[in-house]
Amino acid sequence: MNTHRPLSRRLILQAGAASAVLGAPGLLLAQPAPVKVGLVHPVSGGLAYSGGQSRMGAMMAIDEINAAGGIKSMGGAKLQGLLGDSQSRPEIGVSEVERMQQEGVSAYLGCFASGIALPATQAAAKYNTPFLIDVGASDLIVNRGLKNVFRLKPGFGKCVDDAIVALGEINKGANSVAKTAVLVHEESEFGTGTAKLLAGKLPSVGIEVLETIKHANPTRDFSNVALRIKGLKPDIVIMSNYQNEYVLLARTLMQQKVDVAAMFSVLGGGFNFKLVKEQPDVAQYMMDFNHWYNPKNAKAAAMRKQVESKGGLFTFEVYLSYNAIMLYADALQRAGTADKEKAIAALASSTWFPEIMPYGPTRFVNGQNEGGRGALLQASKTDIDVVWPGEFASAKPTFPRPKMS
Amino acid sequence: MDSTIIASAAINGLLLGGIYTLVACGLTLIYGVLHIINFAHGSMLMLAMFGVYYLLTLLGIDPYLSMFIMVPAMYVLGYLLYKGLIGRLSSGKDENILLVTLGLSILIENLALMFFKGDSRTILVSYSDRMIELGPTLVPLPKLISFVVAMVLCALLGLFMQRTDTGRAIRAVAKERVGARLVGIDVDRIFAISYGIGLATLGAAASLMMPIFYVSPTVGHVFALVAFTVVVLGGMGSFLGAIVGGLIIGLTESFGGLYLGESLGQIGISLIFILILLFRPSGLFGARQ
Repeated sequence: MNTHRPLSRRLILQAGAASAVLGAPGLLLAQPAPVKVGLVHPVSGGLAYSGGQSRMGAMMAIDEINAAGGIKSMGGAKLQGLLGDSQSRPEIGVSEVERMQQEGVSAYLGCFASGIALPATQAAAKYNTPFLIDVGASDLIVNRGLKNVFRLKPGFGKCVDDAIVALGEINKGANSVAKTAVLVHEESEFGTGTAKLLAGKLPSVGIEVLETIKHANPTRDFSNVALRIKGLKPDIVIMSNYQNEYVLLARTLMQQKVDVAAMFSVLGGGFNFKLVKEQPDVAQYMMDFNHWYNPKNAKAAAMRKQVESKGGLFTFEVYLSYNAIMLYADALQRAGTADKEKAIAALASSTWFPEIMPYGPTRFVNGQNEGGRGALLQASKTDIDVVWPGEFASAKPTFPRPKMS
Repeated sequence: MDSTIIASAAINGLLLGGIYTLVACGLTLIYGVLHIINFAHGSMLMLAMFGVYYLLTLLGIDPYLSMFIMVPAMYVLGYLLYKGLIGRLSSGKDENILLVTLGLSILIENLALMFFKGDSRTILVSYSDRMIELGPTLVPLPKLISFVVAMVLCALLGLFMQRTDTGRAIRAVAKERVGARLVGIDVDRIFAISYGIGLATLGAAASLMMPIFYVSPTVGHVFALVAFTVVVLGGMGSFLGAIVGGLIIGLTESFGGLYLGESLGQIGISLIFILILLFRPSGLFGARQ
């Protein structure tokens, strides 16, 4: 008797079904696909330090989320950071966005500089991919009607508004000792935009702007600028520049004994722990309105310790990038999917609370979080303190600063 | 404008020019002998500045004293680089040397980025912020020292080129390679020595600049373009040209900043570069072709 059965269509289907059932446990146990987040930071070129710090903060958040089991609502999907380098150049930033799109990115994070963020977000908008701005001060980033762009931190418009309020309050508390100011700013969108806003708003707190001085990047010597400021005899000098020029200018002002009530900056690129460590005499009494962590928050203190234990500095890039990733993770958790449209909707309706920052819950209006704010900081010879707003302050402001000997 | 401010701007410009001179000296020497623009000049300066930085922060050696380490170290580095890499890869062609130095600069800069990170660093020494009253202005002591030492070093380098056998051999090779070889000069060795001396001047420049400036992996770019302009202005291969060119560029930058603003003022340097190339391509003191 011939028991051989020829292969029929039904048999093949039965075999297929059986193997699918047998293979199912394996499928059920498989990890969900990771959610790819493109990190578009300038880790080489002139902005490399800040780019590196941003990347560090983003990776801290990604590691923390993955270690805690990933995105729960997505079956524990892990986040995967795709590392990009804009080389501090806008056109490379755009090409990194395109490259990551090919690699199946679900969201972007970047770009430290406004000049890079503007074209990079535009490129991401073509693919309707969420773009989280960690650092990038220009308000143009969120004012162009791009639905995919979200910025957790305040832009320079809000920072200038709050800085003016802070300066007005501490000046009033010191019998309005400051009546005049000179503005010194770098020539790109960041410095020019900030200076323009400051010049328009300082009169509202009784401070007249004597002159606005623009400088190139790089500027090798600030002696002439210091002389001009000295000749103008302002009560305060307000600076808006990137790190290298910030430090050179502050140092030159001190060397030339430009005696003012305050050296003040808004989003001062060089105002950080490194300035305090390397140039304590220059840093002492300098004031900066900037992004800062909540010094009274235990988790923020632990993060600072963690970064410093590895020889790093807990600069604002670190925690702004960290928070932006956490914000995205919260949106994914609520959306239950990395689908771009749904993630954008979840981000837009976010009420997440960034506990390590002096912020309230997030509330996005046209991609800008209205719940964020900066803090007024003042350097001592050994540390940086929050001196405004009062509820987060770790010290009282020294204003006016003591006369130079 | 107030005459005090003008006088101060002149002093600041001259002091700044002194630094440019020193950075340009090595570049002009390398051009004079090898007939190539050393594209690795900026990155070598950066390397030397990191050397000075670490000698101070790790070993506590004062930046000025570190000159006695950095100058020979940079000389040896330059000599070995030429012998082991540039000379071999160039196959006797000038344009190859140009490409090799360009590649070298990219490599060094990225290695620096990897090892030192993109961070800018400054140093603090007891005399960092000591000021000297010079006419109508206050001048930081390190700036004054850097100017004086830069001028002395340039003069010494000029004397070395004029009075020593090696200097004469370098000048002979610069003028007529084949002729120099015919009279028994080891041309390859002179190339390596010249490259070594060119880098040694950067060792000195780094020691003089660190108390004033910052160092980062990209700091070379801040000075490289200016140094090229100084060399073009003064005349490629001319030491006197490097000194005069450096001072003119320093003054141009200072007065440009004063009258046109610090942003637009830097246009003066580019303008000089273009004008010299158009009307006197051999520079102020360069040999006419």
